[in-house]
Amino acid sequence: MTPDPQKLEELIKKHKEGQLKPKDRYEIPAQDMPAQDAVRRRQNMNEVAEGFTEFQARMEALRCLQCKNAPCVEGCPVRIRIRDFIAAIAEGDFAEALSIIKENSLLPAVCGRVCPQEVQCQEKCTVGKKFKDVNLSVSIGRLERFVADLGAKQGGEVPKVAPSTGKKVAIIGCGPGGIVVAADTRRAGHDVTIFEAFHKPGGVMVYGIPEFRLPKEIVRQEIEVLEKMGVKIVCNFIVGRTRTIRQLMEEDGFDAVYIGVGAGLPKFMDIPGEHLVGVYSANEYLTRANLMRAYDFGNGADTPIAVSKSVAVLGGGNVAMDAARMAVRLGAENVYLIYRRSEKEMPARIEEVHHAKEEGVQFRVLQNPTRILGDDKSNVIGIECLRYELGEPDESGRRRPVPIKGSEFTIDVDTVIVAIGNGANPLLQQTTPGLEFNKWGNIVVDDRCKTSLEGVYAGGDIVLGAATVILAMGQGRIAAAAMNEYLGTLKK
Amino acid sequence: MTFKIISKKQLSENVFQMDVFAPLVASARKAGQFVIVSPNVDHGERIPLTIAGADPQKGTIRLIFQRVGKATAQMADLHAQDAMGYVAGPLGRPTHVEKFGTVVCVGGGIGNAPLLPIATAMKTAGNKLITILGARTKELVILEDDFRAISDELLVVTDDGSYGRKALVTEPLKEVCGRAARPDLAVVIGPTIMMKFCCDVTRQFQVPTQVSLNTIMVDGTGMCGGCRVEVAGKTKFVCVDGPEFDGHQVNFDAMMKRMNAYKALEQKAYEQYRSHTCRIGLNHK
Repeated sequence: MTPDPQKLEELIKKHKEGQLKPKDRYEIPAQDMPAQDAVRRRQNMNEVAEGFTEFQARMEALRCLQCKNAPCVEGCPVRIRIRDFIAAIAEGDFAEALSIIKENSLLPAVCGRVCPQEVQCQEKCTVGKKFKDVNLSVSIGRLERFVADLGAKQGGEVPKVAPSTGKKVAIIGCGPGGIVVAADTRRAGHDVTIFEAFHKPGGVMVYGIPEFRLPKEIVRQEIEVLEKMGVKIVCNFIVGRTRTIRQLMEEDGFDAVYIGVGAGLPKFMDIPGEHLVGVYSANEYLTRANLMRAYDFGNGADTPIAVSKSVAVLGGGNVAMDAARMAVRLGAENVYLIYRRSEKEMPARIEEVHHAKEEGVQFRVLQNPTRILGDDKSNVIGIECLRYELGEPDESGRRRPVPIKGSEFTIDVDTVIVAIGNGANPLLQQTTPGLEFNKWGNIVVDDRCKTSLEGVYAGGDIVLGAATVILAMGQGRIAAAAMNEYLGTLKK
Repeated sequence: MTFKIISKKQLSENVFQMDVFAPLVASARKAGQFVIVSPNVDHGERIPLTIAGADPQKGTIRLIFQRVGKATAQMADLHAQDAMGYVAGPLGRPTHVEKFGTVVCVGGGIGNAPLLPIATAMKTAGNKLITILGARTKELVILEDDFRAISDELLVVTDDGSYGRKALVTEPLKEVCGRAARPDLAVVIGPTIMMKFCCDVTRQFQVPTQVSLNTIMVDGTGMCGGCRVEVAGKTKFVCVDGPEFDGHQVNFDAMMKRMNAYKALEQKAYEQYRSHTCRIGLNHK
């Protein structure tokens, strides 16, 4: 759509006069996010979605009905005042919009990009309900991203920090949850240190989510803000091994601890051939490619990755999409995404599925691998699959896939990436007596994220199993509030 | 945190020893544990190395490594007073040490380095210690004096007979296992193929055997699964379940094939690095 500034002016004038009726708002077309051309982006790591222009942002903001009950806020795990920030965008006050978001979310540039809005705020949007299509809801995430990116260009603001309380907080894991806890406890005036096992901070935002979906520069900027607030970040420090939680609290003087260590051990399918050369967990594949920049191997980066011609990715979630799209960019001619159920049941975001298809990822749904085949040197040469059909709904409400007997067939591939989720990391369980875990190895917490140990809180994947960036941030918020309260009662 | 190299020593043509300042690791580490190191912070490779020793007072750990590819060549090109990119650890589960009775420790090549702290701990726990060290040739026998100082009996073999007895380590191991006073435990660390054959020997004599595996790894904390091996038919992660396993249960054949996954790529990177490094030493400080 060609921008028509005059039309926008007219709409804004009517909006300001209170004359823009719901009917007028419904008539404003939903704005499309500009994206890098699908053929071109197969060859590069640059971000795919390019972000709204100012014109688009304001047009999109005018689509918002400004509902009195703001159902969208209910859908947001951190309860951002969505209606109000959108009103500010419509008014053209982008700085105000950003500061409204930042009351509740510290990482708007990240969340605007990676939150599954279609099952959160945008699912509740009255506009989407009116059109009976969630894709026609107001694009809240894109608007969030727009003001966040604009704010970053103008130099991020450093949140104010209360006078020192003399209390020390240790945060284990510098992912999205840990970052939120660090900011919230630091703002309350505590002395905060984040311990990160990797050599770079950012957690899943740097090792897992690829550059083309979330540029590393954005994460770097957010971490810089934390450091400017006075948060200390110690990398290469594995809590449980370098120091235990007990040592941190009893010997190093930390008064409270937040555990946000994220996902743990990758799951495999337990089918024959998973030990062959060329079989990766998605964690390994993405870590090599993202954090270690294996796509630059031989040009400054020293970590290798398989040079693949044909790749099978097993799974249907966001991580599977990331791995498949990364394989495309690393030069694979054929990338197959093998999923046991139908496309409708895929847990991945619609936008990611759409992008993957545009980039040429071949979806093989209602198929499931039975074994991986290798040559005499143990290199992967193929994957044998079985066809499925959908049967009766199971306990999750999704129709159960039922194997079709004798339907085995083989796909020629040289690389297999297993993206079927993670189990819990056993490290803290092995090294932290008194900390309660459930039978799956996840930490048990109360509704304020407090664990069985005094002063120790936890959230994100290590508590929830598989979660998202925003859920980890939501738990971080709750935990930080509880920690600030706890530290306030602590005499020192 | 700066991980300064305090001292460096060349033990043989391609084997180097470094004492690196890493005080937290030095005081936390136990026998059998390893670290992840990288010569540079940004895009260097993460290399798992077993800790060969530590001095908690000085805050240093001892690393012994072999120059095999680009990353280890970069490390070998660092000198005392230079800084290592980073050191993370200690990682892995410590060796289970107790008084077993007689323990036979078998080291092959660079495997002597991770073996030394375990042998020392076994000796300190009151075990009778028999040590068998093997190498291709005389120059590659490392840490012999250190082992001699703690061993009740020390046997050295070389493939070419240039030093000690001309044999593979399996020969003296067989003899030791065949003695009337059969060892109560064997600890074997070295090239995968050597560990495999040693396990074949000890299995015949029903001597329980611990091996320490050094597989391909990225994070070293349980996240990537690149280090997985098959132990007793089950998938285990060397980084969090190991690095030590019951040698009689390890699928060494599958492990050896996985170890070669990146050989061609690594060779290319190494050659590229070598051709960019001045051979007459002008890159050196």
